[in-house]
Amino acid sequence: MLSFLLRRLLLLLPVLLLVSIISFSLFYLSPGDPAEVLLTGPQGPPDPKAVEEFRAREGFNDPAPVMYVRWLSKVVRGDLGYSFTSGEKVSDAVFSSFLPTLRLSLISLFISLLISIPMGILSAVRRGSAIDGLGLSLSLLGVSVPNFWLAYLLIILFALRLDILPVAGYGDGGDIEHMILPALTLGISAAAVTGRMMRTSMLEVMEQDYIVAARARGLTERSVVLRHALRNALLPVVTMVGLNFTYLLNGSAVVETVFAWPGIGSLMTRSIYCRDFPVILGCMLFLSLLTISLNLLTDVCYRYCNPRLIHETGS
Amino acid sequence: MKQGVDLGFKLAMLTIACLLFLAASATWIAPHDPEKAQPQLRLKDPSYEYPLGTDHLGRCIFSRIVFGIRISLFIGIAVVLFSSLIGMVLGVAAGYFGGVVDETIMRVVDAFLSFPSIFLALAVIGFLGSGIANLMLSLILVDWTGYARLVRSTVLALKGKEFLEAAKSLGASDLYIMSRHILPNILPSLLVMATLSVGYVILGAASLSFLGLGVQPPTPEWGAMMNDARPFLRTHPLVMIFPGIAITTVVLAFNLLGEGIRVQLDPKFRAESSYGYEK
Repeated sequence: MLSFLLRRLLLLLPVLLLVSIISFSLFYLSPGDPAEVLLTGPQGPPDPKAVEEFRAREGFNDPAPVMYVRWLSKVVRGDLGYSFTSGEKVSDAVFSSFLPTLRLSLISLFISLLISIPMGILSAVRRGSAIDGLGLSLSLLGVSVPNFWLAYLLIILFALRLDILPVAGYGDGGDIEHMILPALTLGISAAAVTGRMMRTSMLEVMEQDYIVAARARGLTERSVVLRHALRNALLPVVTMVGLNFTYLLNGSAVVETVFAWPGIGSLMTRSIYCRDFPVILGCMLFLSLLTISLNLLTDVCYRYCNPRLIHETGS
Repeated sequence: MKQGVDLGFKLAMLTIACLLFLAASATWIAPHDPEKAQPQLRLKDPSYEYPLGTDHLGRCIFSRIVFGIRISLFIGIAVVLFSSLIGMVLGVAAGYFGGVVDETIMRVVDAFLSFPSIFLALAVIGFLGSGIANLMLSLILVDWTGYARLVRSTVLALKGKEFLEAAKSLGASDLYIMSRHILPNILPSLLVMATLSVGYVILGAASLSFLGLGVQPPTPEWGAMMNDARPFLRTHPLVMIFPGIAITTVVLAFNLLGEGIRVQLDPKFRAESSYGYEK
C-alpha cells in the first residue's frame, strides 16, 4: 500500500508540472495586453508611458520561459497574486468561494445517492421489467437534459408557479431554503449517472456464487438483496464518490450562475466576464489540484476496500 | 430490454434523419428570417403565423430553433471529428510504441483530465476570448483525452496477438500495421464513444453559449436563446422552455444512437438477448 501510494505521488509530479504549463500557456496566449487591461480605469484608456513602466516593473517584457519560472516559483509558495478587479488576494477569493460550492456539492451528493441507490437496486432486482425500463429511460433522460434548463424548469414550477421557494440567491449564509433548488438540480443530474452504475454493480453481484449460496440456504429474497448483495454492490459506487464530486463541480459552473450562488463556478464566470486573469488562473490551479487529490483518494479507497486488487497486480 | 434498446435505436435514427433533413432545408422550412427583429411583435404567444411565438426582439422562435439545428450539429460533429482524430493518432502511438512515447502522451492526457472539463473549456474561452472558433477549440481540448485513453487501451489489448506478429514477420512496416491491422480493430469502440460524445459536446456548447461565452448573438443557438430568455422567465416561460426541449431531443437522440450501436457491435449483448432473461 505504501509503495503504491509513493509511486502514485511520484507520478503526479510531471502531471502537476504539465498542468502549470497548460495554465500558463493559455494566459500567455491570450490576446490583448494584461497590463493595459489592468490599468484601464473609469477614466478611459491608460497612459502608454504608465503601461510601459508597469510592464517593465512586473516583468511582462521578459521572454515566456522566464515569466513562467517566476510565476511558478510564486505559485508553489502559495502566492497566486491579486485580483485585477477587487484587489483581493486570489487565494482568499478562491477559498472563500469554494466553501459555498462545497456545501452545495455535499447536499447534492446526498440527494443523488438518495435517488440513485434505491433506483439502481430496484432496476437490477426487477431486471427487464417495466420498472427497470423506466429507470433506464429516466437515467438516459437525466444525462441528456441540460442542467441549466432543468434549473429553470424547477424555478418555474417551485418558485414562480407554486411560490414556495426563492428564485435564486444565497439567503442568510446559504440557508436551506435557498439551497434546495440548486441542490436538487445538481442532485438529479448526478443521480442519472450513479443510478446506472448502481444497477450494473448490483447485477454483477447478483450473479456471484455467494448469492446462489444465500438463496440455497433458504434466505428470503429481501435478506439476499439487502444483506448480501447490497453491501457488496455499494462498494464500487461508494468508492466512486470522488468521481461523482468532480461531476457535481462541473455542473456547478453553470448552475451556480443560474441561482446566483456565490461559489467557485460563479467566481469563474464572473472573472471571465471582466477578464480578471489572476482569478481565472487561480480557479484553474485550485480545481485541478482538487481533482487530482480526489482521484488519488478514489484510487486509495478502492484499493483499501478491495484487498484482492493488491494481490492481483502484485504491487 | 433488448427490444427497448432496439426501439430506442430506431427512434434515434429516425430523429437524427429528421434533424439532418431540417438542417439541410432550414431555409425552406423556417417560416421567417431567424435574425430579423420586429420590435412591434415582441414576446407574442404561439400562433398560426408564429408556431412557437416570438422572442424579446420579435424574432420567430420556431425559425430560430430550426436554424439552431445547423449550428448545434455542426459544432457537435466537427468537434468530435477533430478530437477523435487527435485522440486516435496519439492513442495508437502511445499504445504501439510504448516506453517514453507512451509515458509522455499519457502524462499530457492526465494533465488535461486534471481540470474539471467545463472549467477547462471556460478557462480557454476566458483567456482566448468568446466566439464560435474558440468555443470549438475549447471543446476539442476537453474531448480528445477520452479517445486517446480508449484507443491506447485497445491497442495494448491487441499487442502480442498472433496476427500482428505474423504481419511483422512478413516485414510489414509500423505504419502499415497501424493503419491496416490495428485501426480496423479500434474503429467499432471509437464509433460508439464518438456518437455518445456528439451529444455531450452539443450540451457543452449550449452551456457555454448560455453563459454568453460561446456562439454570439444574433446567431440562433439554443443555449444563447435561453440566455436571452432569462429576464422574461416570470412572464414568458415558454421562450425558455422551447430551446431546452430542442437540446434535450438532440442529445437524447445521440445517446440512444450510441447505446444502440454499442449493443449492435458488442457480441456480449447479442448473446444475452438470445438467452432471454432469467427473471
